[in-house]
Amino acid sequence: MTHVHTPAEGPPLDSADAISPQGGVLKESPLARLKDIGFWAEWASLVGLIVLIIVFQSADSTFLSTGNVEAMLTASAILIVLAVGQTFVITTGGIDLSVASVMTFAAVAFGLTYKHSSNLALACVIALLAGLAFGVANGLLVSQGKITDFIATLGTLSAASGAALIISNGKPTTVINSTLLKLSSGGIGVLGWSFIIAAVVAVIAHVVYFRTRFGTHVLATGGSAEAAAATGVRTGRVKLAVYTIAGLLAGLGAILLVSRVGAAEPAANTAYLLNSVAAVVLGGVSLVGGRGSIVGPVLGALLLTALTNGLTLLGVSQFYQPLSVGIVVILAALLSRFQK
Amino acid sequence: MTIDSTATPRTATDLLRVEDVSLSFGPVRALRDVSLTLRRGEITALVGDNGAGKSTLVRCVSGIHRPNSGVITFDDNVIHFHTPDDARNAGIETVHQNLALVEDLTVWQNLFLNREKVYGKRPFALLNRRAMKRDAAQMVSTLAVNVPAVTSRVRRLSGGQRQAVAICRAASFSSKLVIMDEPTAALGVQETAKVEQLIRRLRNDGHAVLLISHNFEQVLRLSDQVWVMRAGRCVGGRRTTETTGEEIVGLITGTIAA
Ligand SMILES: Nc1ncnc2c1ncn2[C@@H]1O[C@H](COP(=O)(O)OP(=O)(O)OP(=O)(O)O)[C@@H](O)[C@H]1O
Ligand SMILES: [Mg+2]
Repeated sequence: MTHVHTPAEGPPLDSADAISPQGGVLKESPLARLKDIGFWAEWASLVGLIVLIIVFQSADSTFLSTGNVEAMLTASAILIVLAVGQTFVITTGGIDLSVASVMTFAAVAFGLTYKHSSNLALACVIALLAGLAFGVANGLLVSQGKITDFIATLGTLSAASGAALIISNGKPTTVINSTLLKLSSGGIGVLGWSFIIAAVVAVIAHVVYFRTRFGTHVLATGGSAEAAAATGVRTGRVKLAVYTIAGLLAGLGAILLVSRVGAAEPAANTAYLLNSVAAVVLGGVSLVGGRGSIVGPVLGALLLTALTNGLTLLGVSQFYQPLSVGIVVILAALLSRFQK
Repeated sequence: MTIDSTATPRTATDLLRVEDVSLSFGPVRALRDVSLTLRRGEITALVGDNGAGKSTLVRCVSGIHRPNSGVITFDDNVIHFHTPDDARNAGIETVHQNLALVEDLTVWQNLFLNREKVYGKRPFALLNRRAMKRDAAQMVSTLAVNVPAVTSRVRRLSGGQRQAVAICRAASFSSKLVIMDEPTAALGVQETAKVEQLIRRLRNDGHAVLLISHNFEQVLRLSDQVWVMRAGRCVGGRRTTETTGEEIVGLITGTIAA
């Protein structure tokens, strides 16, 4: 076997990808990379998170207290789960605008099932199935119906919100269940159960994204659907699969949401939609598809949660939160233009 | 007997038979009743002016397009490829004119795209990246003069290096037929020589090769059989040993009738 690696080309084989969230290969020395704006773009979410932590911690020393860290991690769980789903979709060059509405619908379905059956497991299954169903619908509209992702998921966004209002009659359903409550209050150390669930999802997603044929096909479909198809990759099926994943994860998000709120509300969760896209952008995932990571969007979700939490802690009005999220996202998007 | 007409006699040595294949894109009739044959163990060239329909024919054979009418027989079976995967499974590998590499993926990922090596059982199979990188390095080293590291992204490669990667991929999987649509169009002198060497080696190893090229010297140098297309039709075929560059040019331009 001949190896084409030379020492000048950096670390051979697997060691290279451990360094970059994109699974790419490092060629320059670490110092040279610090001067490279592309490096900062790729790591925007991590750098941003560190900067935020430093700023908020120096402004208020309770920011990094055990209680607040636990609260932040728990609060980030839903966004992490949604962002992971969104990452798969965006990597194929699509976008899922319906994630938050589908989560709302699944939450309402969860609430109603629990109210009528008092069966937590059944309610969870129904929530996941509800998310799955909308995901499959999105996937079929995009892959078979050849409808632009933007329009298709805008349609299901509205449909899911409407369906949630219809089946709930516009009223919230209180869900009181001790096991469900533990999900958002219990945990191991600072790690709440909901955060642990989100972390497990992220780890599985990372393995799927970088270590399976499916993950490679997702990247290839986003990179060049035509080239992928020419090698026999079934790009239609890949698209169907990523929207299905996003839907299923929206269903999981619904369970976490109900656990957190203690009720299933048909209210639109538009902030979750914007933040899920924002986390992906912050995570350095290419919006045209073909490049990305799971670590990046997860860090992006943590950053956005820390931002909201820190502003609240500092007593900044709630009204400033959407504004600050918007600014952060636009900055990240600007920075991502410098990505290689 | 020799084949010197557009007629398509059925011979046991035929690997691919295209019979009366037509394909239109809306008003554009890209292929009109195209018939040609391709023998086992031979290099067959397909020539014609720009827009003659060569790439379209290639895409029909490799499962990207489905002809509106006509029959394609490969290895004695009538083929109905629904996807390029069907064609690859049947033993047809193609280097497309537009290369068909995914720029954001690395060289090794492209070489093994949709042919990934895995360990473990589906659906829990994980990529065997180490094996793929190792084999990719070997695949590339047989061809390229200036070997790109297999872990570099294709986006960073020069046009010629990309072409080399695409050719490597087509030549590396045990195929019965390797189709190359203008494989040396972007290559330097040395790389062209390497590719020609590789094409000969493929033939010597028993593969059939369908070569599309605008370089008549190359066609005369390499091929055993030449087919000529003009404006969506296959206007004639010649054994390479029995023809000349002038005759082929005449067929292409239409000054010589088949
Ligand atoms: N997908 C498509 N949609 C519409 N028209 C097409 C398509 N593909 C090819 N054509 C048309 O079909 C005709 C044949 O094109 P083709 O690419 O097969 O030519 P070619 O012989 O390969 O030419 P070249 O030597 O320039 O590569 C052209 O008129 C082209 O415009
Ligand atoms: Mg062509």
